[in-house]
Amino acid sequence: MVPTHYYLILSAILFGLGVVAFVFKRNVITIFMSIELMLNAVNLAFVAFSQAFGKLDGQVFVLFVIVVAAAEAAVGLGIIILIARNRQSLNVERVNLLKL
Amino acid sequence: MTAQLIIFFVLAGLAVIGALSLIFQRHPIHSALSLIVVMVALAGLYLLLGAEFVAAVQIIVYAGAIMVLFVLVIMLLNAGVEERTNFSKLAATAGIPLAVALTAFLAATIAKSGPVTTGVRPGSVASTQGLATMLFREFVYPFELTSFLILVAILGALVLAQREKRS
Repeated sequence: MVPTHYYLILSAILFGLGVVAFVFKRNVITIFMSIELMLNAVNLAFVAFSQAFGKLDGQVFVLFVIVVAAAEAAVGLGIIILIARNRQSLNVERVNLLKL
Repeated sequence: MTAQLIIFFVLAGLAVIGALSLIFQRHPIHSALSLIVVMVALAGLYLLLGAEFVAAVQIIVYAGAIMVLFVLVIMLLNAGVEERTNFSKLAATAGIPLAVALTAFLAATIAKSGPVTTGVRPGSVASTQGLATMLFREFVYPFELTSFLILVAILGALVLAQREKRS
């Protein structure tokens, strides 16, 4: 039996790596992927707690998080296509005006 | 060391290596493939935790649908190797120590609090059937609301990505 706090520490490490990727990457698609990595890290903590407490609420929450992530990916990638079309670049530093 | 612990460490190592690879790869398509490795490793961990349905959804929706969308957009926009600028050096010098400090703080706090003791016998959760009962009984209104969310997301994506009309 794997102790629950092992999962929580792994979740914290993955979340931290997601934060590092978020501040470090310059490509807007990769920044978006690091958000997905952070969502996955939180999902792992939810499932670990669900198992530790013997309740299924955590797993239901994970399903909702996955649905929201899918919706977010659809809208976010639409915005990325729009940025690429208007700026001819995927570098976030080229996107420095409020006007698209 | 039990077999479960060995499987955990193998999958955890795979996930961390995939996440590191996402950071250090310069090309977006390589980052996307690294993220798929992380997601498959996490699906394995969900199986280890006894959450079969969540593991299946993780593979089908995350590693399948969402990452295919990412790879499609990378190919559609012909995204190349990302360029380095002055600001990314600033992010490397200021942001990474702060993020490492955040991770260390979180992990240390969890490790210090020790093992989670709940008095519940682990593995006593009847997974998929109980999940279905819960989803369609207690969480039925949020579940129905997610369908509206997806509808709005589809409409939003269509409106955003359509070509501008020449008027």
